[in-house]
Amino acid sequence: MTTTAPAPAPPGTGTVTPASAPRRRRRLRRPGLGRVLGWVVLVLVMLATLFPFYWMLRTALSTNAALPGGAADPLPVGFSTEGFRRALGLATPAESLADGGSGASLDFPRYLLNSVVVATLVTAGQIFFSAMAAYAFARLRWPGRDVVYSVFLAGLMVPVIFTLLPNFLLIRDLGLLDTLAGIALPTTIMTPFAVFFLRQFFAGISVEVEEAAKLDGAGRFRTFFTIILPMASPAVATLAILTYMTAWNDYLWPLLVSQSEDSRVLTLALGIFRAQAPQSAPDWAGLMAATLLAALPMLLLFGLFARRIVNSIGFTGIK
Amino acid sequence: MSAAPAATGRARPSPGTRRRRLQGLGDLPAALVFILPATVGFVAFLLWPTLRGIWLSLTDSTAFQPGGFVGLANYERMVADPVFWNAFRVTIWYVVLNIGVQTVLAVLVAVLMHRLTRSMIVRGIILTPYLVSNVVAAMLFLMLLDYQLGFVNEVVEGLGWDRVMFFGDQSLVIPTIAMVNVWRHLGYTALLVFAGLQTIPANLYEAGRVDGASELRMFREITMPLLRPYLGLVLIVTMIGSFQVFDTVSVTTQGGPANASNVVQYYIYEVAFSRGYDFGYASAMSVALMVVLATISIVQFRATRANQNDMA
Repeated sequence: MTTTAPAPAPPGTGTVTPASAPRRRRRLRRPGLGRVLGWVVLVLVMLATLFPFYWMLRTALSTNAALPGGAADPLPVGFSTEGFRRALGLATPAESLADGGSGASLDFPRYLLNSVVVATLVTAGQIFFSAMAAYAFARLRWPGRDVVYSVFLAGLMVPVIFTLLPNFLLIRDLGLLDTLAGIALPTTIMTPFAVFFLRQFFAGISVEVEEAAKLDGAGRFRTFFTIILPMASPAVATLAILTYMTAWNDYLWPLLVSQSEDSRVLTLALGIFRAQAPQSAPDWAGLMAATLLAALPMLLLFGLFARRIVNSIGFTGIK
Repeated sequence: MSAAPAATGRARPSPGTRRRRLQGLGDLPAALVFILPATVGFVAFLLWPTLRGIWLSLTDSTAFQPGGFVGLANYERMVADPVFWNAFRVTIWYVVLNIGVQTVLAVLVAVLMHRLTRSMIVRGIILTPYLVSNVVAAMLFLMLLDYQLGFVNEVVEGLGWDRVMFFGDQSLVIPTIAMVNVWRHLGYTALLVFAGLQTIPANLYEAGRVDGASELRMFREITMPLLRPYLGLVLIVTMIGSFQVFDTVSVTTQGGPANASNVVQYYIYEVAFSRGYDFGYASAMSVALMVVLATISIVQFRATRANQNDMA
């Protein structure tokens, strides 16, 4: 916990003050009461942050029959992986009912695939089209540019929830209810935030590079694809991860659009699995196994890109 | 010189007059192509729905058929609807608890990190809940806070108190939901504040230390004043998110018990999709919520402009 590896600022972030390294050494030499107290608080916060995840794992590996006898037991009670089998739909209804399940199951691979399709579509489309627009706003000169950009920015002020009902009608009129395309479409083309975010970044790329490309006879499109986009890849990657996360974790919009298994994404499936659990004696082992499975992809993504994601919070400033 | 929009520069426009005419327009032809897809998306899924939402609020539309113009009838109904006002009160109470606790804790954690460690591991750990969905967070706490089998109630009983119905008690349900979302957003908010703290020059603290100032005094006289503009921004952004609370309510209580957790967004959802499919009335309430949020946004934009360095 005390490994204080100095965080090198990745390109484009620069959040670490250069003076931090020597200052830390000096501070470490005199650990006063305040510092100890500070660490105690910080460690408590981290424990409170991680404990629910641990408890999820512990409960997922328990059996429902044993849970009442050891509700505070820190280790799985009546260790079993049946919860996961129920969540994955591998247990037969009879087995499921015998273990305190509801008989309902999750077709986990299908929902996982649905979530992957939606989040990938949204991320690829949104970033590509937003980047094109951001380039026009940041690097091209044309009459009306600033006005159009302010209109786009004003879109930031419209809360997502406000467009839900009209967008629902639109998606229905397009015949896209209960399809993955219907879930993805409204955010697949652009969000004002993505345009804003990328424009800020493009504006910071040196003009000389672009001028050189122009002298070499590259058109606007070649410049954009071969120079600007590659140079902006750190920003694009950061935005891609944030966008993917947002799309993956969305619940309300898929709840409106999806009506059947065909377009059920993971967040929805989990909500439905919970709603089907008997209220009197919920299948906690199965529920926690399902929750863990639903959380796992994002936790793995975080494991892979932790540094970039953590730094992006400072870099994007506000999302 | 501007390249022809039609692509790689092979399509050469006839020189002379044509080129001179294009000069005044700058890169307009290329720009139009670049902004076309985003503009279509903006108009179709943001601008048009916004206008349509306002129009819907003036009609008696349902989910199944477009309705006729009814003037301000939906708004009159809203003003007279006790469930709406209850939802409004519940939401405000939620935002106050959620944002109040979250902001105080986030500043505490950010300041501690700022003064104690640059560790990526610490920052990574506190951010973890932000990575999982609201639905997952809600599920975790449904288990932890369960009346019969929840760990928290085991502890409560172990301390000699009575078990608590966190999600089933009318006066506790909103505080409970607020705390679930504090858990999910604390790390994120702390990192936002942390980013603000890093804009404070380190030599101010050096100077403070030379003068023999205590950490507490430095917090009051250096950190807080310099952090305040940034904090204002963080506060407004997190508040806008907080006002739109829905997922947690939908998964845990569905507005209950007895409307005690029926927040505005949930009520809108109910009116539009499970009670009468009344899109007109639901839209009117959406407009009301948007007005509240827009007021907050305008304050945010002011603060942004006054403090541009911290945004970049």
